[in-house]
Amino acid sequence: MGSVRNITSYSGNGLRDWLVQRVSAIILAVYILTLVAFMICHQNLTYGDWSTLFSNLFFKIFTVIALFSLILHAWVGIWTVLTDYVKPTWLRGLIEIAVIISLIGYFIWGVEILWNIQGVLF
Amino acid sequence: MNKKRPVNLDLMTVRFPITAITSILHRISGVILFFCIPILLYFLSCSLSDQISYDAISAVFESFPIKLLNFLILSALIYHFVAGIRHLIMDVGIGETKMGGKLGAKVMLFMSILLIVILGVWLWVL
Repeated sequence: MGSVRNITSYSGNGLRDWLVQRVSAIILAVYILTLVAFMICHQNLTYGDWSTLFSNLFFKIFTVIALFSLILHAWVGIWTVLTDYVKPTWLRGLIEIAVIISLIGYFIWGVEILWNIQGVLF
Repeated sequence: MNKKRPVNLDLMTVRFPITAITSILHRISGVILFFCIPILLYFLSCSLSDQISYDAISAVFESFPIKLLNFLILSALIYHFVAGIRHLIMDVGIGETKMGGKLGAKVMLFMSILLIVILGVWLWVL
């Protein structure tokens, strides 16, 4: 009995995809709630508050982890939707490649944003 | 095959159960959010790079079209978030029956509408 493997799923394994989707969802949920809590605590948000938060090393690491979770989460989700609705293999493959390239680009862009914070100048 | 079996190809006359509607909306909101990633990264970039661009993006956020855009993106995020939490709750075995599924879908819809209204108040009233 050969097991069905799909080379274009995130991990080639449906159960692992399922787990990745849940773990990344929880990380993203905690990240979003952290940002919402920060905004509630800073009603009149200034550039100082905002840039200080993102300059903090722990929050930077948290943000990079959230970005990474976002691209994995988006990939599993988009892969599922494409597999259900786009039937021609060549077209689906083409869109998948475009999605993967975009997601990798977004991740690099996000990291670049974090390491280019000017901060408050004295 | 019995050729006289009834066939209904008019999807507009099919009534979808609430669980089907909340499920497809979860997918649609997810795809919308995927397309919004570059917009959100652009806004993040503007808000973080320096004081001048922070002030500029703050002013842009006050303009009606961009405020509406932010409202729509955040509404999709709220819906996707709440629907995702419902999924996680169902993963641990709560609300998996037919009745439980319908109730969960209704609670989820109510929660997301409530949060979207709060978002609107936060953006336009406060």
